[in-house]
Formats: sequence, structure tokens, C-alpha cells
Amino acid sequence: MPDAPAPPPDQTIKDPRKKIAAQFIAMIPHAGALSMSLTDVGDGEAVITLPYDARLVGDPETGVIHGGAVSALMDTCCGAAVMLHPAAGMGTATIDLRIDYMRPATPGQKITARATCYHVTRSVAFVRAVALDDDTDRPVACATGAFTVERSGK
Amino acid sequence: MSVPPKRARPEPVQVVKQRRDAMLQSLVQGVPYIQFLGIQFERHGDELTAVLPYADKLIGNPMIPALHGGVTAAFLEVAAIIELSWTGIWEDMEAGAEPVPRRLPKTIDFNVDYLRSGLPRDAYARARVNRSGRRYASVHVEAWQDNRSRLFAQATGHFLMPLRGEKGE
Repeated sequence: MPDAPAPPPDQTIKDPRKKIAAQFIAMIPHAGALSMSLTDVGDGEAVITLPYDARLVGDPETGVIHGGAVSALMDTCCGAAVMLHPAAGMGTATIDLRIDYMRPATPGQKITARATCYHVTRSVAFVRAVALDDDTDRPVACATGAFTVERSGK
Repeated sequence: MSVPPKRARPEPVQVVKQRRDAMLQSLVQGVPYIQFLGIQFERHGDELTAVLPYADKLIGNPMIPALHGGVTAAFLEVAAIIELSWTGIWEDMEAGAEPVPRRLPKTIDFNVDYLRSGLPRDAYARARVNRSGRRYASVHVEAWQDNRSRLFAQATGHFLMPLRGEKGE
């Protein structure tokens, strides 16, 4: 099956930081292969959605998306939150990521991850994230992670 | 002269191998996401090695380039789930019982340590079931690329085991 091309960055985005972050996400081949898109940003915050896709199913009997695809979404979203933190640079790598799977995502619904980079030291960024489907009162998964901080020119 | 004890003639090796490989293939090929990532499993006796052949769509950072952290996590999780499922099937097969199709274990939590960046080449993983109870299991997974002793990632996960004969929630 040919790889899906990365979706073009949203031209309507006004916030320059969001624009840069959206372009950055669009440049990640695996984020493109999963059709992830950045929908919102803040200081050290990112929201990324993953559309439902039959190729990502982990349990063919139920049609539930595989945990690994949720991991990929969480990792991308956490990394984006680090890049959007005012004290961190544009490059980062995952040191450690823990994911708790609270319930299976409902088949057919998109999954939205919201990550917050809540603390940054000279070399480490600490992040937490939550993944939701349409039933926003009951999270699908939670993640906590540590990421590298790469400062440019300092 | 003593008569050698009578025992069943062992099955031809090809019959045994074919049964085991067919069982492994049916386990792996039924999961779309495993096919999407292109993960394959090599079997030597009961030992499984998961193989992730390199593909451009697995890249996370095109500048370096490096495998996406999410791909690494997914690869390790798939290796853990298949190992866990395979262990149960293997025990059934070896006991001479017809292995019944079971639901796959469900991940409760998964904790990945990224030890070095994943290079743009094939990756391998092996999982070890540290504890498998009737309801819960704990699995450790290690992944490497060119050098078995230089891991690029490792993970520990906890899983909810399907109840025997469970066919749905």
C-alpha cells in the first residue's frame, strides 16, 4: 500500500508559532502516514488528532485502534508540547514515555491527544498528555514522559 | 535382549514446523496494525524475534533521520503482545491440545525507555514474559538494530489476559 502523503499545513493558521509547529508536524513522515494534524497550541501545549483508520486496528473482532498507534499519537503530541514551550528549543527526543490505557477507543471515532509540558529544566522537559475520543468525560489513555531539551545557540 | 519401550512414532519434523508456523502466521496476520507497520516474526523453536524492516514512513525526525518514538513504542508493544499470546498457544500445542483462538491480551500500561535514537535500518525485538497469571501479565521487551548488546529501546508492560473462551466483552 503506498504511504499517504503528509497533509499540507493548514494555510488558515494565523499564529506564527502554531504555523511553524504545524509545518513541523507535517514534515514528520510517520505523523503523515497516520494523518495526524495539529489543531491547537499554547505555551507548552499541543493538541493533535488522529483520524480513525482501518489500517491501524489492533483487534479485528472489535475494530479498536491498536495501542501502538495511540503511543505514536501521544509521543508526537508530547514532543510538540516541548517544542512549543517558551524555554525549550525546536528539537527534542523522547527519553521515556509511559502510557496507561484506560479503555478501548470507540471504533470510527477520531482520537485527540492534548499534551502539556509542565516543567522544563536546562536539559529535561516533563510532559503529560491525555487522549480522548468523542466521549470526552472518559479518557482513552494517559501518558507521562521525559524529553530532551536542545537549546540552540546557548 | 530387552524390547525397546513402545512409544508413539514422533511426527515428521516438517509437519510439526508447518503447524507451528501456520499458528504463528494466523496470530500475526489477523492484526491490521501489525501489517501496516510491516512487522514480521521469526521463530526458532518457541523463541520469537520481531523484525521491523525499515520503511520511510517509520521516520519521526527527517533531519537526523531517526525512527519515530511512537513507532519504537508500537513495535515493542506488538512484540510483547504476540510473545504473550504465543506463549499460551505454544503450551496448548505442546500439550497436544487443539489451540483455541483466543482474544489478544489488552495493554494496561506500557513504559518505554529510549536508550539511543533508532537508526534508519531494520530493528529487532525480543520479549520475555516475567509473570503471567490467570488475569494479569508482566512483560519486558528489548529492541536493537545492528548490535544485539546495544539496545536502542526497552520497555515493560502490564497486560490483561483474555479469559479462556472469552469471545468479546
